[in-house]
Amino acid sequence: MEIKQILMGLNGDEAVAYAIKQVDPDVVAAYPITPQTIIVERFSEYVADGEVHTEFISVESEHSALSACVGAAAAGARAFTATAANGLALMWEILYIAASCRLPIVMAIVNRALSGPINIHCDHSDAMGARDSGWIQIFCENSQEAYDSTIQAWRIAEHPDVQLPVMVCLDGFVLSHTLENVMTLPDEVVKKFIGERKFVTIKNHFGKEVPFILDPENPITIGPLDLYDFYFEHKMQQIHAMENAPRVIEEVGKEYGKISGRTYGLVHPYKLEDAEIAIIGLGSTMGTAKIVVDRLREKGVKAGLLRIRSFRPFPAQQIIEHLKDKKVIGVLDRAASFGAYGGPLFNEVRNAFYDQDIKPLISNYIYGLGGRDMPPQRLMIIFEDLQKIMETKRIEKTVKYIGVRE
Amino acid sequence: MAEKLTLKDIAKKPDLLMSGHRLCAGCAAGTIVRLALKATRGPVILANATGCLEVATTIFPYSSWKVPWIHNAFENVAATASGIEAAFRAMKKVNKGPLAKYEHIDVIAFAGDGGTYDIGFQALSGALERGHDFLYILYDNEAYMNTGIQRSGGTPRFAWTTTSPAGKVIPGKRKWKKPIARVVAEHEIPYVATASIAYPMDFVRKVRKGLEVEGPAFIHVLSPCTRGWRYPPEKTIKIAKLAVETCFLPLWEAEFKDGEIVYTLSAPSERIARKPELKKPIEEYLKLQGRFSHLFRPKKRDDLISEIQQWVDYEWRLILKRCGKL
Ligand SMILES: Cc1ncc(C[n+]2csc(CCOP(=O)(O)OP(=O)(O)O)c2C)c(N)n1
Ligand code: SF4
Ligand SMILES: [Mg+2]
Repeated sequence: MEIKQILMGLNGDEAVAYAIKQVDPDVVAAYPITPQTIIVERFSEYVADGEVHTEFISVESEHSALSACVGAAAAGARAFTATAANGLALMWEILYIAASCRLPIVMAIVNRALSGPINIHCDHSDAMGARDSGWIQIFCENSQEAYDSTIQAWRIAEHPDVQLPVMVCLDGFVLSHTLENVMTLPDEVVKKFIGERKFVTIKNHFGKEVPFILDPENPITIGPLDLYDFYFEHKMQQIHAMENAPRVIEEVGKEYGKISGRTYGLVHPYKLEDAEIAIIGLGSTMGTAKIVVDRLREKGVKAGLLRIRSFRPFPAQQIIEHLKDKKVIGVLDRAASFGAYGGPLFNEVRNAFYDQDIKPLISNYIYGLGGRDMPPQRLMIIFEDLQKIMETKRIEKTVKYIGVRE
Repeated sequence: MAEKLTLKDIAKKPDLLMSGHRLCAGCAAGTIVRLALKATRGPVILANATGCLEVATTIFPYSSWKVPWIHNAFENVAATASGIEAAFRAMKKVNKGPLAKYEHIDVIAFAGDGGTYDIGFQALSGALERGHDFLYILYDNEAYMNTGIQRSGGTPRFAWTTTSPAGKVIPGKRKWKKPIARVVAEHEIPYVATASIAYPMDFVRKVRKGLEVEGPAFIHVLSPCTRGWRYPPEKTIKIAKLAVETCFLPLWEAEFKDGEIVYTLSAPSERIARKPELKKPIEEYLKLQGRFSHLFRPKKRDDLISEIQQWVDYEWRLILKRCGKL
């Protein structure tokens, strides 16, 4: 069924704020930080104009923003927050708590370089620092996807087999502050798609099966002391929930495709089928890279790319399927992992291929730290390097830094 | 305002914190919670900061709580409670969602002195400024007990703790206790009070009042701790009482009305204000507690005891002034 959509001119932050307006969550608790601020500002306007029923808690810190979301979500509310860089770092403690309490909070991360030195521009160091916190992490290519993913996130987070918080990551400034055409769904379509929040049940300490929510009629205890006799089992439950997430992300992405014409998965390939060389990476740079792939194709170079949409859960199988027959792949990391052997994405991609008998040569390119631009020319340098590796069948240097002064 | 709570009301109401928890014998924290929950009006949701109370009442798979309870972290109980209260309000607004069926819910936050004076102060101050309708109860055992008796902003001067040991040169904690309840009162919130379990009716009525006002309320209850204060468990109530009788902890209420913070002395302290000769010397309070034993042995340190006495007198005068008694 074709649904009539409305074309809007929105930047990435506005796209997120608009999606949240349509979702109309019970609680939004947030604190301003560039480049996320537009989200809280726009949303405050929706609140001030009475367009949402949301209780907007203008907290005194990001630590409290997420803490309030934990309280709200535990009380059965839909809770949303948004932040970036230092704000996410300040939340760090509560990220783990939100995930371990299995609270389906949704948070937009407008990716920005972590201090220090202080910098307001895009890289992925903030989100990468949170990769082990137990949150699902979706990286968006453009503002359209930021809008679409902000809607899908609720279905993923609240799915009974998942029950995990979700981060929707969009690149600071590149997406957050750049006007784009965004196709939006009518309010009632969004409402119907996300439905009402449903609750899983647990056995409480009186032996009664009750909804997992702070309800005076059916008291439960959330966040107890949990030592060596049960902690590990609870971590296993989180691990299993994350194992269920890929299926749910794909199901939700397909269902969303039916109402919007835009289908989403764990990974998004571009001109990969017959490609010999390919890059793999996250976020808006992969949009720019499509142009580069097109130019190379015009010149007869068999180039392609794979954009990872879901970094957590990490879609290792899908990556292997898409790239196993390539000759050389370049992994693009927009974050440094100091002292590690390459960037965080590189480590996981290469690890995924370890057990494959036939595998591509894999090279790492760290780029764009602190908002350093990644225009097509710089991406071209990477593809040229991949071509050279293909010809010589040798990687001279595994980890390279792109666009940085010597 | 509803009728004044009576002893009968309290006796009739079942305990909402069950026995079997692992608080030390003689710990005031359990008594504080049981008394406080006697004052609730119906549906309740509790948030608890990390600390002795949290750890001792919930070790998985056990829980002593008969009411919904959440522990998030150490420094954020006020923010967690903000979220719960906001969630309830949002659901009421549209009459939708799992809590919409309740007419009202008493949202109460419990935190220790560490979680209030120190690491949780920012979240507390923020929640008060935003005006959430919740009651914050500080059980003040005057140190980080859960981690083994370290000093906090609530530890009194010259008290021994493991991070303010009584050494050869430095005789315990160097600084005075932060006047937390007055600091909170300056936030101009509807209701602030201090309380002691030695005067249970006074405490319970204050809790009820704190729940009844619209907006944030804060109650500071002294919570004697047998382990950290170094006294035998049967002395808890006696010490709690002496704290009031020596004016170490004056009992008062502060209401923000018509642009003014109106302080009122509560009956046990009011009696002393009327009859100053009832005020006991601080030494009587100090000498029962091992954490002050270096003030008495090997040599009695009258100089230090009188410094504490001076501080008590100063604070007492200050409260008398605020209450219009001077
Ligand atoms: C962020 C953080 N820092 C430190 C701790 C360790 N810690 C747990 S409880 C506690 C002390 C609690 O003191 P208080 O709030 O006075 O409560 P009490 O245990 O005395 O009742 C500390 C330091 C922690 N859990 N979280
Ligand atoms: S250490 Fe003190 S505060 Fe903690 S449970 Fe024991 S008596 Fe209570
Ligand atoms: Mg304490």
